[in-house]
Amino acid sequence: MDLTFTKEEEEFRRRLRTWLRETLPKLPAKPPPDQWPARRAYDCAWQRALYDAGYAGLHWPTDAGGQGATPTQHLIFLEETELAGAPYVGANFVGLLHAGPTIAVEGTAEQRARWLPPILRGEEVWCQGFSEPDAGSDLASLRTRAVRDSDAYIVTGSKIWTSHAEVADWCELLVRTDASAPRHRGISWLAMPMDAPGVTVRPLRTLAGSTEFAELFLDEVRIPLSHRVGAENDGWRVTMVTLSYERGTAFVGEVVACRRTLARLARTAKENGRWDDAVLRRRLGRLNAEFGALWRLTQWNVSAAERTSPGGGSAVPGVGGSVFKLRYSEARQELYEAAAEVIGPEALDAGHPWTADRLSALSYTIAAGTSQIQQNIIAERILGLPKGR
Amino acid sequence: MEFQLNDDQRALRTGTRQLLAALFPRERLRAMVDAGGPGGAGGPGGAGRPGGAAVDGASVRELWRELGAAGFFSLRLPEERGGTGLGLPETVLVFEEAGRVLLPGPLVATHLAAGLVEGAAEGRALVTALDRPGPVEHLASADAVLLLDRATLRILRTDPGPDPDPDGDACTAVLPRALRARSVRAVDPTTPLHLVSQLPDDAGAVPGELPDAVRLRREAALLTAALQLGSALRTVEMTVAHVKARSQFGRPVGSFQAVQHLCARMFVRAEIARCSVYAASLTVTFGDVSRAKLLADTAAVRNARDCLQLHGGFGFTWDADVHPHLKRAWVRAAQWQSAAEAEEGLAEELLNEFPAGLSTGPGEVVANVEISSE
Repeated sequence: MDLTFTKEEEEFRRRLRTWLRETLPKLPAKPPPDQWPARRAYDCAWQRALYDAGYAGLHWPTDAGGQGATPTQHLIFLEETELAGAPYVGANFVGLLHAGPTIAVEGTAEQRARWLPPILRGEEVWCQGFSEPDAGSDLASLRTRAVRDSDAYIVTGSKIWTSHAEVADWCELLVRTDASAPRHRGISWLAMPMDAPGVTVRPLRTLAGSTEFAELFLDEVRIPLSHRVGAENDGWRVTMVTLSYERGTAFVGEVVACRRTLARLARTAKENGRWDDAVLRRRLGRLNAEFGALWRLTQWNVSAAERTSPGGGSAVPGVGGSVFKLRYSEARQELYEAAAEVIGPEALDAGHPWTADRLSALSYTIAAGTSQIQQNIIAERILGLPKGR
Repeated sequence: MEFQLNDDQRALRTGTRQLLAALFPRERLRAMVDAGGPGGAGGPGGAGRPGGAAVDGASVRELWRELGAAGFFSLRLPEERGGTGLGLPETVLVFEEAGRVLLPGPLVATHLAAGLVEGAAEGRALVTALDRPGPVEHLASADAVLLLDRATLRILRTDPGPDPDPDGDACTAVLPRALRARSVRAVDPTTPLHLVSQLPDDAGAVPGELPDAVRLRREAALLTAALQLGSALRTVEMTVAHVKARSQFGRPVGSFQAVQHLCARMFVRAEIARCSVYAASLTVTFGDVSRAKLLADTAAVRNARDCLQLHGGFGFTWDADVHPHLKRAWVRAAQWQSAAEAEEGLAEELLNEFPAGLSTGPGEVVANVEISSE
């Protein structure tokens, strides 16, 4: 066991820090969260800056256009960018963390050449068409169907809770290609252009008042067969590759962000006198323990990935991500409950910056697999308990 | 950064598990539990020996000799002094295994006393410890007490005879006169307890070449956390085995979602504690050790509670191994650093160290604190 960094890793950290110090002051102000076209432009410009500096797709394999960095270097990157207050991945989330890595692992040479470079350069934005009104956590029950018509699939159905759909160029879409097969076996993974005829996007308003996600209606959308990643009816396995990324590494930067927020919360409490409340003080102390432990768990998982894939890049995080996601999503909500205690009645002001965060944190125990689903995964796949009904 | 067990550490863990399975099988634990239970010497109908539970000096001394021979207490002594020369990370793995099998006795104190108190390294001396008024284990049968009073380390001896320890002591005093202690019938049948109401004053303490008490207390909290971690991991295993085997309504209860979810939470609690304890063994910073103790205490106590719940009526019996885990977890949670102390300290850390403390460099240097003297 070792928590120290090699000379190369320290050098990587130093170079990154220098670049961030020079680059961040030149960035324009971030547009407000409800202005999605402006947000998209901002997020893509940041991605382009990363690309030009050689930090795009850091953890992607080199043959997919990435930097082939080790998981530890990726961890350092996420830690340093967050500490420096660099922009969050934002609209590029699905491309960089879901669709891109999936295409890198499962796609053909042509597919990789077509889709990966624009993601890395911040030119094309992806969204995720997985969930349906009747298939949320029970993803395998999805019903959007694709019927073959010579060289294309004709897709009809609907998707829901699709983040960034309004500004996306592509959608990683799960469709049913064989209705008679067992439900996990008849699914395929398609790349759908968002401007294809028959695609309608209807924005949904979240409980936080924002319009960051949407409903998709697909009416006989024609998608070429060449847009299918992986074999026909093998989409479930391809999807598991994607989801294990989502649960493995997607929240690393956010743990650092939560630790920073917690420290700010403590200083605020000290200033406004709430610090004198021992009960609240002890809550903040326990949250410090929780987020510190989650950071250690992250380091543990990253090191485990590094061991299974010494060359870095293509390491696919395992079900261990469920352990992290379950506790992290709750701790993040507890953090903003504590924040509300610290700021008192101002927590009822929707304009207070922590109020928006408090509201958006409510999605964390639901998105990317609810806490209940994570517990099923841990119980059945890690602890080996008999399958429930 | 390779935050994973290396091959030597894995081998050490496997070897320790095998050693303890042979040295301290379940029957031996049960014999001690039963001796301390209803009808046993320490139970309500028993003789009510001073010190509370029925685990007497003789049985712990015998165990101590065996553990001493196996090198348990001399793990971190250099080889030229008869030890194995291992570090804290390895010691934590050994203590985790001790926690799994609920190895009784003042393990942490005797380990810390190796090299300080003659005979501790070999398991010939039984050494207990305390750092403030409160519970102290195995006091009646101890040969010496490590007294870690804030920055001061003193060693109280039952035998004030000539000091054979070549390293020298800060202070010797006669037990039990030096301590105001009252014996209680301990809730844990395998841990005799005294409650100390007041620490002896340090009159007569003389300066000596001793490690500083701040460092020793941190190590004590860390090793206690490792014991808690072992217990927390063991109760997950006990629970999973039970809910797989136990059928109700024609199905294993482990297939019920309500049961699965409790098991998943037990596992997550233990995993989070595990990463914290291992990290603290590498850095030994105040923050990491406090996090490790707080989260390992929580994991041990909560997991034992959930283990009891999921064992149903079986779990509420004396014959089940659930209650020794829960009761020992309560004792350990009260030792070295309480939840309140850890939380207050960690709250203070938020004001002091962040965001600089976010970075995970090598462990901070623990300040050298002077040994108090007259």
